[in-house]
Amino acid sequence: MATETTKPADEAAGAREFDVDNPAPVIEPPRTRTAKTPRATRTNFELYGWLFMRLSGIVLVVLVLGHLLIQLVLDGGVSKIGFAFVAGRWASPFWQTWDLLMLWLAMLHGANGLRTVINDYAERANTRFWLKTLLYAATVFTVLLGTLVIFTFDPNIR
Amino acid sequence: MSTAVMDKAEAEAKGPASHLITVTLRIRRYNSEVSDEPWWDDFQVDVDPKDRVLDVLHTIKWEHDGTLTFRRSCAHGICGSDAMRINGRNRLACKTLIKDIGPEKPISVEPIKGLAVLKDLVVDMEPFFQAYRDVMPFLVTTGNEPTRERLQSAEDRERFDDTTKCILCAACTSSCPVFWNDGQYFGPAAIVNAHRFIFDSRDEAGEQRLEILNDKDGVWRCRTVFNCTDACPRGIQVTKAIQEVKRALITRRF
Repeated sequence: MATETTKPADEAAGAREFDVDNPAPVIEPPRTRTAKTPRATRTNFELYGWLFMRLSGIVLVVLVLGHLLIQLVLDGGVSKIGFAFVAGRWASPFWQTWDLLMLWLAMLHGANGLRTVINDYAERANTRFWLKTLLYAATVFTVLLGTLVIFTFDPNIR
Repeated sequence: MSTAVMDKAEAEAKGPASHLITVTLRIRRYNSEVSDEPWWDDFQVDVDPKDRVLDVLHTIKWEHDGTLTFRRSCAHGICGSDAMRINGRNRLACKTLIKDIGPEKPISVEPIKGLAVLKDLVVDMEPFFQAYRDVMPFLVTTGNEPTRERLQSAEDRERFDDTTKCILCAACTSSCPVFWNDGQYFGPAAIVNAHRFIFDSRDEAGEQRLEILNDKDGVWRCRTVFNCTDACPRGIQVTKAIQEVKRALITRRF
């Protein structure tokens, strides 16, 4: 009655690779808990991370949509953007704060999201470590560079 | 009324086996003594459409292939032994009727995902129970033991009623994509059983359990995918329970 759709590869050949005394190794699921698994950390980092994602997300909706509206839709659209336009906006502390806030929140929000993705999908500890190092380096670099530009922007640079 | 009698008479006229249908069960097999690769076996069986998948597995094991291996104990949806992936969804084989899962097409039966397969449909449940033990699923109290029952109001009991229904079948945990990717995550079932004691007014270790679930592999890894709620054969609102634990953690902190 039983029709085997795919036979085990070695059965037909006669010389089996695995038998009763020599079973195939159990395929472990990714990252089973072992003795080497790091112990509990007892910090609130994940709680604050989770909360930060929600709160920054709400603020970013306002900041980013407002930013897009001003830059791309209102008052002539994208063609109006130039050095003079940026210089004019950053003359006001309000827009400086707006852009600074957007930079920090968006970068940290995105970095935390990517950290989650890396935690989920990188299977080996080494891969995870290097991907996260790269991520943190890129985040710190972008945030610091952006902050530096916003605060030291000189409209009379030429 | 008369039509029902007619149908019955008609059915009897066609012969005793006329209510049976032929279904194909496509079962994912694994035997480490034969191969390190799993393979699919097709079995064609005549079954009553009102039979359960477990009955069909029994028919196969008892009449066609005695080497087919699966877990089952009570066979009535209480012991939680026979959770398996039927047609791509985690269900209890003893609560799934053949007629409800499209018997016209081959029915696929696989072991639950995210746990090591030992043989055919049997998986190693140890990581699952380890997570369960980690959340201290027992009543913790201080002070002298009362001479009678620990009384509780109906409202206090109602608070965690939903999560008392868990039968530890692992259908939820093994349907969770975070658990598939990362076996470190406690998983829905452990959180549900922690919820059952965290919100029990008689228990005094809620703080400790919250602290355990506040860890990096605790509730914060939940992505509200809702696979667990869909998979639960007891109809527990699993994702809701996880969110309630999150809320308890946040309101405790702020």
